[in-house]
Amino acid sequence: MLHKVELPYTRFLSPDGQVLCDLPPWADDFNLLTRLYRQMVLTRLFDQKAVALQRTGRIGTYAPTLGQEAIGVAVGSLMRAEDVLIPYYRDTAVQLMRGVRMEEILLYWGGDERGSDFVDPAVAQDFPICVPIATQALHACGVASAFKIRGEHRVAVTTCGDGGTSKGDFLEALNVAGAWQLPVVFMVNNNQWAISVPRRIQCGAPTLAQKAIGAGFHGEQVDGNDILAVYDRVQAALERARHGKGPVLLECLSYRLGDHTTADDATRYRSADEVKQAWLEEPIKRLQRFMVGQGVWDESREQALISECQGLVQVAVDNFEAAGLQAPASVIDHVYAQWPQALAEQREDFLERVARRTGGSGHE
Amino acid sequence: MSNGKVTLLEAVNLALHRAMREDENVIVLGEDVGVNGGVFRATLGLRDSFGFKRVIDSPLAETMIGGLAVGMAAQGLKPVVEIQFMGFIYATMEHLVSHASRMRNRTRGRLTCPMVLRSPMGAGIRAPEHHSESTEALFAHIPGLRVVIPSSPARAYGLLLAAIDDPDPVIFLEPTRLYRMNPQPLLDDGKRLPLDSCFTLREGSDITLISWGASVMETLQAATALAEQGISAEVIDVASIKPLDLDTMEASVRKTGRCVIVHEAPRSCGVGAEIAASLYERVFLQLQAPIQRVTAPDIPPPLYRLESLYMPGVEDILHACDTVLRHA
Repeated sequence: MLHKVELPYTRFLSPDGQVLCDLPPWADDFNLLTRLYRQMVLTRLFDQKAVALQRTGRIGTYAPTLGQEAIGVAVGSLMRAEDVLIPYYRDTAVQLMRGVRMEEILLYWGGDERGSDFVDPAVAQDFPICVPIATQALHACGVASAFKIRGEHRVAVTTCGDGGTSKGDFLEALNVAGAWQLPVVFMVNNNQWAISVPRRIQCGAPTLAQKAIGAGFHGEQVDGNDILAVYDRVQAALERARHGKGPVLLECLSYRLGDHTTADDATRYRSADEVKQAWLEEPIKRLQRFMVGQGVWDESREQALISECQGLVQVAVDNFEAAGLQAPASVIDHVYAQWPQALAEQREDFLERVARRTGGSGHE
Repeated sequence: MSNGKVTLLEAVNLALHRAMREDENVIVLGEDVGVNGGVFRATLGLRDSFGFKRVIDSPLAETMIGGLAVGMAAQGLKPVVEIQFMGFIYATMEHLVSHASRMRNRTRGRLTCPMVLRSPMGAGIRAPEHHSESTEALFAHIPGLRVVIPSSPARAYGLLLAAIDDPDPVIFLEPTRLYRMNPQPLLDDGKRLPLDSCFTLREGSDITLISWGASVMETLQAATALAEQGISAEVIDVASIKPLDLDTMEASVRKTGRCVIVHEAPRSCGVGAEIAASLYERVFLQLQAPIQRVTAPDIPPPLYRLESLYMPGVEDILHACDTVLRHA
């Protein structure tokens, strides 16, 4: 007998931008709406450019964030500078808002570690993209533990996909977060697909949010394509965590409109009809229709915004392409705080290899 | 502690107390480390001295302990985490291999993982299944980690303090067989011993015996037995398994021309293989005889009735020495 768990589900806007219920007061704030909209558009244009750069061989594999812009933008606009983001690999939207530079994201996927050495001091403590699934959820609990031990009112925010919630690391993270009432927010980006595995065979529970209930804390669902709803619930979650009222798991229902990565071909495992249907629900059009309906957005603003964002993306691409290679010794010199004297010979051997391959001296 | 003498276990405890007194960022985390003081009592008294915020009883989940340490360390804390037995350390591997060991490199030094993972290791205490492992080679293979195994109270104390100071992750493995054996005088003076260095425990000129961990005890006994036969053995405690202080070992073997390596871990791809290969690269032409290894066979540690056969004994070491010394 399945115990039914009733969890809140929030949605303010219908897919065509119609208001479904009373909106929070800040939904009248034109500046806020414009900021959210602008950031979603910028993210999508950047994302498209990154895919194009991969297709033309200028960066390596990239994980597109197409269709999930609302989730990252809501989180990024609400986190405080002193909070810490512990992201997974489909977090372009939130990373850009935190202060990670577009050229850094291109460097990372373009095969250069400097892409995780964020220049902006505002993101000095944010984690790099985490690839091993859901392991970052535990790092977030470590970060949140540090906040709690030091008595700081900061929040650790971590993200993962629907597939990530199946991992032991995720469940161990929920467990300790609940046991210690840590200031951590788990953002589950349920985009319905873990590469080729659909949500329905990922997990037997009716919702992913209810995993929080088993760990003794609050979980809820939100329409991840409705940025007003996501904004509202992320705000509440951060508030709760920041004031010592425990962690929150927010399951954002969305759809991965793109391939898993540029190395994937989603047409192998899902129908064109399903994807076509999902496009009707996507987040950018939805907010745009709402803003147009409110009389605060029009075609000329749209065109100006797109052209501004394209300019920013192009500057980033230029910076990325001008970055040049790191010095060969950099692959050795960051492994330990100081390369151990006991391994000095290996470093010498490596630099000799470099010299042999380049016909010059590898020594600095 | 009696008569100013301390066991290896008490030395670990003294070092932890001192490290926590010296640096408020040092946090002790693990299963049963708080109220209970650890199943071996290595963390005894820390909770009373430093409180529950710094001496933390964790839920029973080793993967979580590994992951939490990464997050805490990246935030500037210095977690000293305990995995109750080495047989349970494998659940932490992903966090050690994919995160702790390479966070510095991945971020070009922006984020780091100054953590210590302590765990009892080795056979010989009639423990249940999965409590007698010597799998240090798994960690020694990982770039970015340090692996340290003390074999005396003084080295446990000085090396643990150095491991906690170290800005990178250190796997600190404590031989359970030595925990309560041979108490020695120890001054709790906070003096660190160098990482990445061997310790020459006994100087000699005829043969070099290289070991670490609990096997150092039998190796020293073998050296005493050899001395009675008029053979002068040099005994080296490797102590830092990663990185290896090959210079010290090379110098010794250059001098003696003969070498036996003793370790409790299974032979294939053990750290002894790495040492032997490196010595062959460096001193092949000075060797008077092929290097011999005395190790466990490639088998899981047997349950305790037969575990003594698994560990290298004094007779086995002497037999290998005999083989090496017979070569003209």
